[in-house]
Amino acid sequence: MAELHVELVAADRKVWSGEASLVIARTTAGDIGIMPGHQPVLGVLRSGPVTIRTTGATGEGTVVVAVHGGFLSYTDGKLSLLAEVAELADEIDVQRAERSLEQAKADEDVEAERRASVRLQAAAAER
Amino acid sequence: MAASLRVYKRRIKSVTATKKITRAMEMIAASRIVKAQRKVAASTPYADELTSAVTAVAEGADVRHPLTTEAARPRRAAVLIITSDRGLAGAYSSNAIKAGEHLTSQLTAEGKKVDTYIVGRKGVSYYAFRERSVKRSWTGFTDNPTYADAKEVAAPLIEAIGRDTDEGGVDELHIAFTEFVSMMTQTPVERRMLPLRLEKSAEDSAEVFQQGEQTHPLYDFEPSPEQVLDALLPRYVESRVYNALLQSAASKHAATRRAMKSATDNAEDLIKSLTRLANAARQADITQEISEIVGGSSALADATAGSER
Repeated sequence: MAELHVELVAADRKVWSGEASLVIARTTAGDIGIMPGHQPVLGVLRSGPVTIRTTGATGEGTVVVAVHGGFLSYTDGKLSLLAEVAELADEIDVQRAERSLEQAKADEDVEAERRASVRLQAAAAER
Repeated sequence: MAASLRVYKRRIKSVTATKKITRAMEMIAASRIVKAQRKVAASTPYADELTSAVTAVAEGADVRHPLTTEAARPRRAAVLIITSDRGLAGAYSSNAIKAGEHLTSQLTAEGKKVDTYIVGRKGVSYYAFRERSVKRSWTGFTDNPTYADAKEVAAPLIEAIGRDTDEGGVDELHIAFTEFVSMMTQTPVERRMLPLRLEKSAEDSAEVFQQGEQTHPLYDFEPSPEQVLDALLPRYVESRVYNALLQSAASKHAATRRAMKSATDNAEDLIKSLTRLANAARQADITQEISEIVGGSSALADATAGSER
């Protein structure tokens, strides 16, 4: 089966790269699922969890990443996910995210609240 | 004289102390270069991916947007000059400022009004001393810039390019910073960030075209080309600024290292020549003392020989 080469990069580091059979991301126009052979696409990502079904050398499995804004571009079997900030779900400290969510709600900081809830969603999807 | 020997010894001691300091600074700078280089390398994938996305949109979409369209008659331009907060880095900051000045005068000659934005205390004081107006300036993070710093710097630039020229906006965005070529070479460069230059010949403008002549496929835009461009523009500027800040930081550390290395070498030379002088002075003292003793004793011998007669 054809494979999808995924590069997930944040502004200051490369977060994840490998082969995948399906990537589900959230664009401003709604969720988009990308499989090998998709038409070239360039989309704006919303904050949300990105799900990557891995295959190939990385093995079968699922990687979930919390992405805070960015882009997605797909051409010729290569998918690039550009995020300003991206965190792998298993890097996320759930308790800390919960704490910061409460903190953000108390401060009515919409931005921070959204970040924290995206983290929690990603962490929940991983399990 | 014994006095001159003492003076030489004192100077040797003070130069040795200075040498220790400069050597320590050299080592600190050397370790920081590696760290800064690593940050440049870590930020490269994002910049590359973003650049190829921007190129794809610019070539593929037929939309009017400040990212891609040149104003018919550009009247205002913004120039961002990146210097350092601290000195002791040889000609690093003055070279960066010179590049900025060159860029500014060139743009002025083309009939554009230039808004200056400055990063780093050295550049700020240069402009303050000459009482030249600066639109915005930032200090305090040049040694170790983060993406958040880059965002902060980029925000007013993005805002300016988005506004109409009549209302204080700008048509073009330029940047002057120091490119980190290697440990030994750092060159001050002037780049035009926006609008993108799309002619293939202009090599200087175009890290964008480093990928060569590869053609870009027709993209589907999600949700629409305009919205994708609107979202890409600030990210593109931010990533360019971030890259420039990182490269400047690495260059600054390299320049510091070089300056401190030559200071250490100079101190070594100075110590060597001072030691020579001190040795000569000591030898002169001894010679003089011996000749005094010999002279004294022979005078004594002459005196006693005379009295015995």
